[in-house]
Amino acid sequence: MPDRRSVRLTCTLNGRRLSLDAHPMARLLDVLRQQAGLTGTKEGCGEGECGACSVLLNGRLANSCLTPFAHADRATIVTIEGIASGDDLHAVQEAFLECGGAQCGICTPGIVLAAVDLLERTPHPTEHDVRAALAGNLCRCTGYMRIFDSVLEACRRLSASRA
Amino acid sequence: MSTAVGGSISRKDGWVKVTGRAPYAADHPIAGVAHAVAIQSTIANGRITAIATSLAENAPGVLAVIHHGNAPKLYRPENDFMSATKPGEARVVFEDDRVHYSGQYVAIIVAETLEQARYAAELVKISYAVEDPLIETDAALDSAYLPDEFFGEKLTTKRGDPDGALSGAAVTHEASYTTPIEHHNPMEPSASIAVWNGDELTLYETTQWVAGARKTVAQTLGIAEEKIHIVSPFIGGGFGCKGFVWPHSVLSAIAAKKVNRPVKLNLTRKHMFSACGHRSETKQHVRLGAERNGRLVAIDHDTVVQTSTVEEFVEACGNTSRFLYSCPNVRVRHRAVRVNVATPTPMRAPGENPGLFALESALDELAYKLNMDPVELRIVNHADVNEHTRKPWSSKYLKECYRMAAEHFEWARRALQPESMRDGNVLVGWGMATATYPGIRSPGAAKVRLLQDGSVDVISATQDMGGGTYTTMAQIAADVMGVAIERIRTVLGDSLLPPAPVSGGSMTTASILPAIRKAAQDALSKLRQLAATMPASPFTNRPHDDIVAEGGRVFPKGADPSSGLAYEDVLKRTNQSEIEGEGYTGPGPERDKFAFQSFGAHFVEVKVDPEIATVQVSRVVSAFDVGRIVNPKTARSQGYSGVIMGIGMALMEHTVYDSRDGSIVTSNLADYAIPVNADAHSIDILFVDKPDPFIDSDGLGARGVGEITVTGVAPAIANAVYHATGRRIRDLPITPDKLL
Ligand code: FES
Ligand code: FES
Repeated sequence: MPDRRSVRLTCTLNGRRLSLDAHPMARLLDVLRQQAGLTGTKEGCGEGECGACSVLLNGRLANSCLTPFAHADRATIVTIEGIASGDDLHAVQEAFLECGGAQCGICTPGIVLAAVDLLERTPHPTEHDVRAALAGNLCRCTGYMRIFDSVLEACRRLSASRA
Repeated sequence: MSTAVGGSISRKDGWVKVTGRAPYAADHPIAGVAHAVAIQSTIANGRITAIATSLAENAPGVLAVIHHGNAPKLYRPENDFMSATKPGEARVVFEDDRVHYSGQYVAIIVAETLEQARYAAELVKISYAVEDPLIETDAALDSAYLPDEFFGEKLTTKRGDPDGALSGAAVTHEASYTTPIEHHNPMEPSASIAVWNGDELTLYETTQWVAGARKTVAQTLGIAEEKIHIVSPFIGGGFGCKGFVWPHSVLSAIAAKKVNRPVKLNLTRKHMFSACGHRSETKQHVRLGAERNGRLVAIDHDTVVQTSTVEEFVEACGNTSRFLYSCPNVRVRHRAVRVNVATPTPMRAPGENPGLFALESALDELAYKLNMDPVELRIVNHADVNEHTRKPWSSKYLKECYRMAAEHFEWARRALQPESMRDGNVLVGWGMATATYPGIRSPGAAKVRLLQDGSVDVISATQDMGGGTYTTMAQIAADVMGVAIERIRTVLGDSLLPPAPVSGGSMTTASILPAIRKAAQDALSKLRQLAATMPASPFTNRPHDDIVAEGGRVFPKGADPSSGLAYEDVLKRTNQSEIEGEGYTGPGPERDKFAFQSFGAHFVEVKVDPEIATVQVSRVVSAFDVGRIVNPKTARSQGYSGVIMGIGMALMEHTVYDSRDGSIVTSNLADYAIPVNADAHSIDILFVDKPDPFIDSDGLGARGVGEITVTGVAPAIANAVYHATGRRIRDLPITPDKLL
């Protein structure tokens, strides 16, 4: 039995326009995972502390666990599933894979999105920029060292491909 | 020839992880799944007198409300780790109306949607008869008792005459050390999806032990083990809290049965603070006696820990003190108190980790009394054999660890006196400590399957919670089969596969890799036998042991490999779709002859702001002797991971309970601080990388690296803080209020 107070909203999700049905105050996180079937967005805390649920909402990094579905109306949303083009990984994903930026991997989607967001705004970040951009993402496995390496390596790869 | 083993190979499971495609427990798409929300007790001791459910039952979308009054009969499982029936707590969920701790499950709501289940959970009204809870160790000390054993190890032991030696010792040190309750807090909360098909149950789980989950859930539900299928291909970290079976795995199963459709139960972060274990608080009293030259003459290590009223789990802090250093007179004792707090469970190096905080802090204090370098003190007391079991070590390179890490750290530049190093206004301190963890090995089984396209599946019911098992399994198979690692696929985390031990105790590498080697050898032997049956081939009339299968080719012994056939061609020409080799290995008599133990050392620099007393761990160099390193890339990651967890333990992690009602004050990631990226600075991980010649009979010689990395970090930091400030903090975590 669908919730009778659900609304239909249209958004652009990973480049595709589609309509989704849910209660306007449902968490965007749950709508993405359940209605859209995109389970790459993770729940680590459900209250804005860990960043595992990060998505790009209208070009800005957002915690989808704190975002009501109503905000998806006519929005452009990018989740981890929209970062690679087909089987071609984004430079950030390649770098995380090769530098060991992912261990258990549960924080990885959120951190990859935060890194993609950073490199889009700041193509040549300092280590301080990287730390600040990832400040909203917790990781219990990596000790963060290899996450920094991964982001800086991605940056090198992106500048090399631009040159 | 070994090429993949020892190579810095990127994670086989990296691609699915960076793309978000790896299916963790909560991610499996299940048609028609209903959602469950578990309701927890708000009292810590007492009885449920009434549960009013009618409002909830009539709320939109609600399918069922289950509690002790209407739950199906459940059975207490055997509770025997060795026979793979290990619940987190002996009491089964909804057993009766008793409440033993705050956060105990008292009801579960199942509804069409998660929102509906959450809403209805608010409508359930539970009445309690409240009794005074016992929350704090000190309040329970009168009832402390002496538990006998912990995983087969005696908890009270003595050799020599510690009291006599202490009273005659030239130099003594005595102090108490305490560590608080800590929670594992893997970034993935536990989850369970139950799907019944007739009388058969599939559970999508977050478990470090699919075999244990299968057997334990089967016994709890009272159904045959064969009827249960556990699926857990990806785990978002565990660190011990997903090792044993906790009530949520049973709740999803009974809920799905009741509503007759699949049910998903995701725990919230708050649930994780009472639903799947924690590290007990520890109160340790250490007495050391030494000669003037630093030789230890006595160690007395006395520990009090908490356990719950529904299970006995003892954090065996002192057991390492029996053998880490050479000492003729040693007493170790553990007492436990039962409190109204959820049940503790293994958390990364249970026992060793808090135990070393006490022992390694105490040694540092002794070193100052002796006016000795702390590394020198440890070398003077080096244990050449395990003096507790009186067995020689299988291999031990602890001195090499001290040397490597000290050199890399430039320890020689350290000024001995506290408060003697500065960086501008900031106080600088250098400290060190020893790390150690046993080299455990269990029986394990594996299959290696060669397919007609020449690719290889390597298969075992082990788990990978981020340590790198997907990759190391492929590495050994690649080497034995002589097939490129890209052509190897790892299959794990499924109870239908050949059985493997829990992913705990740092035993996976030593247990599983030898089984894979055997299975791969078996596959190759079957391939040679198959080749020997081929008519009109280079092998015609050759017995199979006159045929070689290696490096991807099958060829007559002594001949050039190019004269033979590729593996896949043998399969194709004999019309075989695949060949499957099996391997089963386990520890043997070598366990009676040798003591298997890993060692290491951490060297730490801290910077302390004298104004606001904040501690920054600015530099860590750690060296480990864990036998052969199968994959330096994933092993080093385990090093970073352990060190950062040790930084958390030393400086911030602390679960706070309200002693009046037993509720947890810090049950979220804002109030329970774990290290963030601003806490990570320079960490260097070094390995001795010398194979253990006895741990397996195959010459692999890897002892496992998951847990040792965290041991010794906290005392190294505390020792560095003392060196920086002259303040000895014996009560973790070292928060600014304790330094001001
Ligand atoms: S799940 Fe959204 S911030 Fe943690
Ligand atoms: S890799 Fe496990 S939480 Fe980050």
